[in-house]
Amino acid sequence: MTAELSTSQINADTPIITLQNIGVTFGQRQALKDISLDIHRGKIITIIGPNGAGKTTLIKVILGLQKQTVGQRIVQRGLRIGYMPQKLHLNEMMPIKVERFLQLTNCDKSSVTEALTRTGVSHLQHAPLQSLSGGEMQRVLLARALLHKPHILVLDEPAQGVDISGQKELYKLITDICTHDHCAVLMVSHDLHLVMAATNVVFCINQHFCCSGHPHQVKLHPSYLELFGSASDALAVYTHHHSQRCEHHDTAKGIE
Amino acid sequence: MPEILLSALLAGYGIALLAAPLGCFVVWRRMAYFGDTLSHSALLGVSLGLMLDINLHLAIISSSIVTAILLTVLQRQSKYASDTILGILAHSMLSIGLVAVSFADHLRIDMMGYLFGDLLATNNIDLYWIYGGGILVLNTIAIFWKSLVALSIDEELAQIEGVPVQKLKLVLTILMALVIAVAMKIVGVLLITALMIIPAATAQRLAHSPEQMIGYAALQGIASVSAGLAASWHWDTPAAPSIVVASFALFLLTQLIRLFR
Repeated sequence: MTAELSTSQINADTPIITLQNIGVTFGQRQALKDISLDIHRGKIITIIGPNGAGKTTLIKVILGLQKQTVGQRIVQRGLRIGYMPQKLHLNEMMPIKVERFLQLTNCDKSSVTEALTRTGVSHLQHAPLQSLSGGEMQRVLLARALLHKPHILVLDEPAQGVDISGQKELYKLITDICTHDHCAVLMVSHDLHLVMAATNVVFCINQHFCCSGHPHQVKLHPSYLELFGSASDALAVYTHHHSQRCEHHDTAKGIE
Repeated sequence: MPEILLSALLAGYGIALLAAPLGCFVVWRRMAYFGDTLSHSALLGVSLGLMLDINLHLAIISSSIVTAILLTVLQRQSKYASDTILGILAHSMLSIGLVAVSFADHLRIDMMGYLFGDLLATNNIDLYWIYGGGILVLNTIAIFWKSLVALSIDEELAQIEGVPVQKLKLVLTILMALVIAVAMKIVGVLLITALMIIPAATAQRLAHSPEQMIGYAALQGIASVSAGLAASWHWDTPAAPSIVVASFALFLLTQLIRLFR
């Protein structure tokens, strides 16, 4: 069930999106179980979790692309969502320039230029979309997400395919946008260390909700340590990724 | 100019203009095999239309739409890869069509004409269908143009931005069925997709925007029709295959130009 609050404009105090006990099942496989979450403006939420934890499914539920099997999704009326996909599955056969690609969202030229300038890629305005590098493409996609002055920015692994220094810049940019526009930011990442500086709340999931809080709290939380191994060792994130599971919930077992 | 050639030229140009935008969508959305399946199933439409004595164009359009729906259901339900399903359906539909026709003993029809087309047998009614259908198809594309381009770039992104993705996919399918229906008698089921894909692929090399690509594809199609028909007239070669050969030659030429530039 999706309900819309009766407020005619976006209220600053109430959450702009609320998820209540969301569960999603694909056939026999439970992708998400009992997830509840409030999203407020001006806050950056990062969802972390191992591969197959249901991060992308959760994002799709929040965006309204995936219908939940149980639970409620409450969205403030008139909410504008800006979405930056993990990757654009661009067909090489489509000849299109960056400017035109952004204009497809019914925006005029000046707002396109403004958005591209904000994300630092105004020089690419007339470049063919196919010619962009990974980092350039992410910035163009971010600019596109900003075009309609969203109340919430949803970013699925925004730094994918971007080198380390580029990642830092990108996260700084996202933080600046959040502060300046007072919008909510919801990011997905599989690596807490990279997003730590640029997040208010970390929400750790593995099908079900594991733990949440400030990144420094989560880093020390037993559930997080169980999922990702020792937080003091950055490499552990990768080595323990696939083998570790949250064992304190029966539902997490035998899934996948 | 003899009237028969004039009709053939007008029909060819009409189909080239129609095939250009559809061909671009086929190339952008990787639907080449899908187009083949639809056109092959058109033969079944012809058989059914002849046996039940209903208008052939309508029979073809309905059989194509049924195939498209069947395809969508199979793709959602089954574990087979998309191209496997398309391969199964394309050739099964073609064969069912051929077998069905052989049962209808009382009908004497020229199957070769439906497989490879008969451009020089174009009559006025065919022209009405081509230009009438053409106006309908081009108008529909113009109305949904922005959304269709967004859909062709990235479906998920388009959906979030409020583009009715599923509906537009159905619209594209129906348009393709329409084009196949009006073009099949002229160029034949085996060559329709060639007339969509080759001009679009040629244009892709030269174009800087989606609109430009359609424009170049239409020009390429018109040039191919002219050259193919001229060859057919002078050397008595089969018309539709000659057009495809001309189109292919133009495609190769642009590849070479690009290579040496």
